[in-house]
Amino acid sequence: MPPASPSRPLPGQPAPLRIAGIPLAAAKTLFFLLGLVPLARWIWLGMTDGLGANPVEFLTRSSGTWTFICLLVTLANTPLRVLLRQPLLIRLRRMSGLFTFFYACLHVMTYVWWDQWFVIDSIVADVIERPFIALGFVAFLTLVPLAVTSTQGWMRRLGPRWRALHRLVYLTGLFAILHFWLHRAGKNDLQDVFIFGGVLAVLLGWRIWRRFRLL
Amino acid sequence: MLIRRASDILPSEITPQSVYAQRRRLMLQAAASAAALGLTGWANRQAFAADAGPSGAALPGARNDEFLVMDKPASWRDITQYNNFYEFGTGKTDPARYAGAMSTRPWTLDVEGEVLRPRTFDIDDLLKLAPMEERIYRLRCVEGWSMVIPWVGYSLEKLISKVEPTGNARYVEFVTAVQPDAMPGVRGRVIDWPYVEALRLDEARHPLTMLVFGLYGHVLPNQNGAPLRLAVPWKYGFKSGKSLVKIRFTEKQPQTSWVKTAAHEYGFYANVNPNVDHPRWSQATERRIGEDGFFKPKRQTLMFNGYADQVASLYQGMDLKANY
Repeated sequence: MPPASPSRPLPGQPAPLRIAGIPLAAAKTLFFLLGLVPLARWIWLGMTDGLGANPVEFLTRSSGTWTFICLLVTLANTPLRVLLRQPLLIRLRRMSGLFTFFYACLHVMTYVWWDQWFVIDSIVADVIERPFIALGFVAFLTLVPLAVTSTQGWMRRLGPRWRALHRLVYLTGLFAILHFWLHRAGKNDLQDVFIFGGVLAVLLGWRIWRRFRLL
Repeated sequence: MLIRRASDILPSEITPQSVYAQRRRLMLQAAASAAALGLTGWANRQAFAADAGPSGAALPGARNDEFLVMDKPASWRDITQYNNFYEFGTGKTDPARYAGAMSTRPWTLDVEGEVLRPRTFDIDDLLKLAPMEERIYRLRCVEGWSMVIPWVGYSLEKLISKVEPTGNARYVEFVTAVQPDAMPGVRGRVIDWPYVEALRLDEARHPLTMLVFGLYGHVLPNQNGAPLRLAVPWKYGFKSGKSLVKIRFTEKQPQTSWVKTAAHEYGFYANVNPNVDHPRWSQATERRIGEDGFFKPKRQTLMFNGYADQVASLYQGMDLKANY
């Protein structure tokens, strides 16, 4: 049976795919444009002298924040899909995951380029010596196989193993929040960590709750 | 299935005809006020950018050639818009946004503890205590950035000699202002307020240690620590307390705020040292604000922030890794 939609299709015609009344193609376009807003904002700020006295620090932190937001949006997909009874939301999940990876790449690049100036030795030393850097680095590494196997082809090839592999994203969340916590812990400035950590805990907790309730 | 009948709708739920008739106008008004709000912000921003030069009351100082760094000073805008002053919030732009509410007159400085002549100084007395000098100092933040700043003030020693420390005085503690109504940051618990810093007496008496009242020939803006602050150029910036209200001479080493908050990250001495890393990042390099942008690697950090010739003797025989 086709999913319920507000405008009933004529008999014999397939139901148009909609998310909360928005045609799927339009929803995807909107979501894509929304995902580009942080990037557009940085470019705008860069052109209008709005990045502040330390543009490198601003972009490093801002890209980290937006990576985390994209990750939370991705993790919110399933709970929202179930709670709002919008099964087609799944069609936006890959895009939000790839946006997470995109902003994570930019975040890593701010560090590799502007902070370390591509000096491999010093990057390696940094990753080994500092849990703060190491956690961020590991969080990024967990995203790589997920981005690579995000295509239809890989989903087919991996079959049921695809879902198991993509549960890695829960670890990404844990590493990311620890990375963020260490970043702020030294200055005891944990308000944002609690906000991001709280949302993450709800999103992961919902999955645990649901699993045991269903068993 | 429950189907609402027309009679279920209460009269109070229905939009009155008069309001309904105005619906387009109301929406336009809402849109217009939203746009106006946005534009006001934009206009202020433009006005601000155009007005980026030094401002405020003049406070000139005679150039002291002994204390000039030949590097290019940071712009007034960068110095006054990029601050760590957690009393006003932990964001770098929070101090510029909120510090205007701090009251800097009347202002007094209590000097007490192990001194022969404890005294409360009025800010106007302090401004006249010694001739104002302009000195261009490097400022290296523990976070890995640095600025070159033209301060106006005089050596702290000028004040210390007036109050005559006793033989017991070995440390000097600096207590900074708490004005809860003006300081959104002190309502949080990031630090156990007030912010307290301290120096060894010989460090405090070093001619480089400066009591600062002005910046770029003007009175200090509030976000930079008005009406008076410290500048200790060979130590990380957090050692230079802002908006001082009390100086206390002690026999025992005072508990300083960052040591209390995170002793493994911030030490009592906090001398700039490229060889002793912060647990979360290397201190070997720094980014000079206004100079090192996207296309230049960070520059090497200098031992004692480049003031080794003047201050290295203070730490002779001391393990600087243990006493970070």
